[in-house]
Amino acid sequence: MTEANAAAPAPPDAAEQQRRLGALQRIWANGPGLVGQLTAVNHSTVGLRFIATGFAFLAIGGMLSMFIRLQLAWFGNEVLDPDRYNQFVTMHGTTMMFLFAVPILEGFAMYLLPKMLGTRDLPMPRLSAFGYWCYLFGGLFLYSSFLFGGAPDGGWFMYVPLTDATYTPGISADFWLIGVTFAEIAAVTAAVELVVTVLKTRAPGMSIQRMPLMAWAILVTAFMIAFGFPPLILASILLEIERAFGFAFFEVARGGDPLLWQHLFWLFGHPEVYIIFLPAAGMVSTLVVTFARRTMVGYRWIVVAIVATGFLSFGLWVHHMFAVGIPLLALSFFSAASMAVAIPMGVQLFAWIATLWSGKPWLRLPMVWLMGFFFIFVLGGLTGVMLALVPFDWQVHDTHFVVAHLHYVTIGGMLFPLFAGLYYWLPLVTGRQPGESLGRTAFWLVFIGFNLTFLPMHLTGMLGMPRRAYTYDAALGVEWLNLLSTAAGFVLTVGMMAVAVDVWLHFRHGRRSAANPWQAGTLEWALPLPPPPYNFASIPVVDDREPLWRDPGLAQASAGTAGLLGDPAGGRRELLGTGMISGAPEQVIRISGSTWLPLLAAANIAVLLACFIAKQYLLAAALLVPLLAVFLRWAWTTGDRHAPLRIEAAPGVALPSQAACSQAPGWWGLVISLLIDGSLFASLVFAYFYLWLGAEVWPGPGSETGALALPVLALVLLVGAGLAARLALRGNDRDRPAQLRGGLLAAAALGTGFLVAHGAALAMVLAAPQQHAYASVVWTLAGFHGVHVLVALLGSGFAWLRSRHGLVDAQRRLDARIAVALWRYTVGQGVVAWLVIHLFPRLA
Amino acid sequence: MRRLVPLLAAAVAAGCRGPQSMLDPAGPAAAAIARTWWLMAGAALAVLLLVLGLLARAMLRRQPAPPMARPERFIVLGGLVLPTVALFALLVYGTLAGRTVIGVGVDTDRVVRVTARQWQWQFEHLAPDGTVLARSLDRLVLPQGEMVEFQVGSEDVIHSFWIPRLGGKVDAIPGRSNRLRLRADVAGAMRGQCAEFCGREHAHMAFSVEVLDPASFAGWLDGRAAGDAGSTP
Ligand code: HEM
Ligand SMILES: [Cu+2]
Ligand SMILES: [Cu+2]
Repeated sequence: MTEANAAAPAPPDAAEQQRRLGALQRIWANGPGLVGQLTAVNHSTVGLRFIATGFAFLAIGGMLSMFIRLQLAWFGNEVLDPDRYNQFVTMHGTTMMFLFAVPILEGFAMYLLPKMLGTRDLPMPRLSAFGYWCYLFGGLFLYSSFLFGGAPDGGWFMYVPLTDATYTPGISADFWLIGVTFAEIAAVTAAVELVVTVLKTRAPGMSIQRMPLMAWAILVTAFMIAFGFPPLILASILLEIERAFGFAFFEVARGGDPLLWQHLFWLFGHPEVYIIFLPAAGMVSTLVVTFARRTMVGYRWIVVAIVATGFLSFGLWVHHMFAVGIPLLALSFFSAASMAVAIPMGVQLFAWIATLWSGKPWLRLPMVWLMGFFFIFVLGGLTGVMLALVPFDWQVHDTHFVVAHLHYVTIGGMLFPLFAGLYYWLPLVTGRQPGESLGRTAFWLVFIGFNLTFLPMHLTGMLGMPRRAYTYDAALGVEWLNLLSTAAGFVLTVGMMAVAVDVWLHFRHGRRSAANPWQAGTLEWALPLPPPPYNFASIPVVDDREPLWRDPGLAQASAGTAGLLGDPAGGRRELLGTGMISGAPEQVIRISGSTWLPLLAAANIAVLLACFIAKQYLLAAALLVPLLAVFLRWAWTTGDRHAPLRIEAAPGVALPSQAACSQAPGWWGLVISLLIDGSLFASLVFAYFYLWLGAEVWPGPGSETGALALPVLALVLLVGAGLAARLALRGNDRDRPAQLRGGLLAAAALGTGFLVAHGAALAMVLAAPQQHAYASVVWTLAGFHGVHVLVALLGSGFAWLRSRHGLVDAQRRLDARIAVALWRYTVGQGVVAWLVIHLFPRLA
Repeated sequence: MRRLVPLLAAAVAAGCRGPQSMLDPAGPAAAAIARTWWLMAGAALAVLLLVLGLLARAMLRRQPAPPMARPERFIVLGGLVLPTVALFALLVYGTLAGRTVIGVGVDTDRVVRVTARQWQWQFEHLAPDGTVLARSLDRLVLPQGEMVEFQVGSEDVIHSFWIPRLGGKVDAIPGRSNRLRLRADVAGAMRGQCAEFCGREHAHMAFSVEVLDPASFAGWLDGRAAGDAGSTP
């Protein structure tokens, strides 16, 4: 746009432009051949991988559901025996939630966001590549259980005690706990990545009020992942150490409580539903604007609704537990809160309708899918409100009514917008125009098949058919309804296969598409089709929510090399970093290119976990060494450690490089990671207090509070480590590298002292963790914090090394800041843990 | 038309019948919930039609519509006011129905201890002093017209105790005793079933329920007490 483009002196001539485009292509392209594929980190490649893998898991999960439906077609069927049925239901639910819905939406976000925000890549590309491999390996890990004596069969929410070592001996439950947690690494890394992307790399001029609604939806979703996934990760870890090492968290006889699992699971599980829905709603907002051919009516209302949904979704988890015996009065609160979620949904719905009403709607194929979404999702939302009513839920909870409801919201609220989005953004990937005819047929098959499959389930549930029952009694009188469901389920499947065929034909034979085939207004459509690996040759400057409608010349300008970052003189992959709120340029971010590191790290973890599940604990521990080496190499080679302090983004526009910028993506990545970690820690503290609430004696049998002297000494050492780290940073800022390094070493020494002192203090007063829930949870809490001290030690070592190599100084503070921040966080967490462990039992 | 409506109603009623149908209530709690369902279903249908109508109006028009005069007001009315009012009404109604469902103000006439285990239900009628009057497996005998309190526990994993024609369910959780109060107003047979997934035979963890008129029930209880109070049938 005007300023930046005007600031540029004479545009490069044709030869120079060719040179620059060639250089960009060379810098950004993946390597050749298989090696190039395995080392790729580019967001388009990784995003498409997530999407393709997600659809593959949809197909697998869908296949399982066809067996389920066949088994239920008539009472007394013997398609699956009860064990197989339980495995298939568990794997179907788990696959759909963890291996399809969440990852595929992350894939869409990773692929689309940089393009929609006007940047070239995600700011931490290796992290998202690493997430992908974890997701893939985690999924394969989970499915490999079929080869090793049986898949998990405890239901997708894995309630204890059914899934503990007594009632599920063998390793099937371990496959679930480890495989799902492994795959969830992808969700967590994606959350970090996406928050930083949205906040720090938007095109200049894209202030936060001009951000596409899709970006808002992803931003809120990423924060929800940051707070919502840790409770499940923690619960999985606790159950796994209970199963593997005999700790007691959930076992009643040793002071545990099975409801602790349910609280932790649903603290994750309910937000999860909105984690799936919000990005889909973001797609709906995007498509509604394009096909109404006008800007969104009530943009702010939608933003507020998205944010409100994010907050509300954390106050609802108990509505999955209405039947566990909590008094009605307490349930009423959760009932009201659950209903309240309908309000932001209503706001979004009416804003969409108002936009269509005020525009010139264009009923193209993606819009047809959205019509299906409106019908199904509204119905699912309405049955959701019904379920929020406690007495009604007492009847239909755990019946096929809930199965019907959950598919109305997931398929209606997520799969239909996903197919709409798929057709909408396909031209971007393929450069071809989707045909309409087969797509419409597929739509009707899916729509009709879906409704006839799931509408009858409301009734079978109310007629008394429990969920997860491999068969039902003839007396119930539900066999005809079930037969209808099964038959319609096959129509639904044929419809899905028609979508697959349609997309395949499109890839092979689709008509070439002109640029911007839907005449949309958002930046991704400024790209040439299909887009080059660097997306924008010049970073576009925007001044509107639909920049392409406002400035038709933008596409051409950003495909030329006259603008920001148009001259890749440094020979590195570069992004423009902008202000969080304002979107004003503030730094040039040099990111890493293709590398083996993400694949190596993920493969290393896979082998480690395989050793763990095979009970080769020593070997698993030994594998931490190569893993740490890989991560050290990773940290060492992040970005461009030799980048100059300032880089020219355009002639006359010099910006700091990220090591010299207080707003570096690495810094924000750390902040979000610590938020996630804090949520994990908070979940553990919650577990402590939940167990205390149900306990008769605290400290539990065999443990005591003991003298305070040694714990106090430990605390002093820990706080001392924090102070030493602060002094180190102060030294760095005054250009005294010796003080920096000395401070870091002192912090490391004090931290080690803390570990020894605290370990000794606990060993004197605590029973073995196998004895009682008290000892289990206290050892776990202390161990959790101890791991953080170790991480802070490693961080200090790293910063020390960087300083020795002259890579840290008063201007380039990033590494020192991160090392010190790790200490601060660790000290803060340690103080809380200390109070819980040493002070609380004296007061209780 | 005159004849069609009752016919249709009869067809619906027949379709809703069943030994485990919450739409075929045999007690006050289940009846209150079934009423709530029909009310909510009607309201939900109205909302669905409203939304689809508005959507059709927005999508299916030949000429460009005059732009909406006050789009923000449309959003506030439809997205904020409508759900708030409807949900508030539902919450009030639901709270009142909830009082009927848990039997506020109704005294307990009898206590039955329910113990779930993989994969079996055990029922023990308790005397006021807590001694076991009668014990039965997978078969629950209840007196007609009495408010019965069930004390529900589990010996192994989590199960859920549910007699749909009488009312809602409550989970049977190891280490806890949950209470559920139900009254059967209609004598006859029906069925209950475990609702929480509890392993391989979850689908078959059902029990028969027989509601006897007070005289027959007293006879049954006497027979039990005299014969084999402690043993299993
Ligand atoms: C392809 C069409 C699908 C069919 C025919 C189908 C069918 C079913 C059926 C019959 C059950 C209940 C089994 C039982 O309780 O005994 C079920 C459970 C479930 N489905 Fe689907 N499903 C489909 C797609 C999906 C999708 C797209 C999702 C999520 C995005 C999903 C998520 C779930 C979950 C979470 C459960 C619960 C599993 C459990 O109880 O542990 N399903 N599905
Ligand atoms: Cu059971
Ligand atoms: Cu069961």
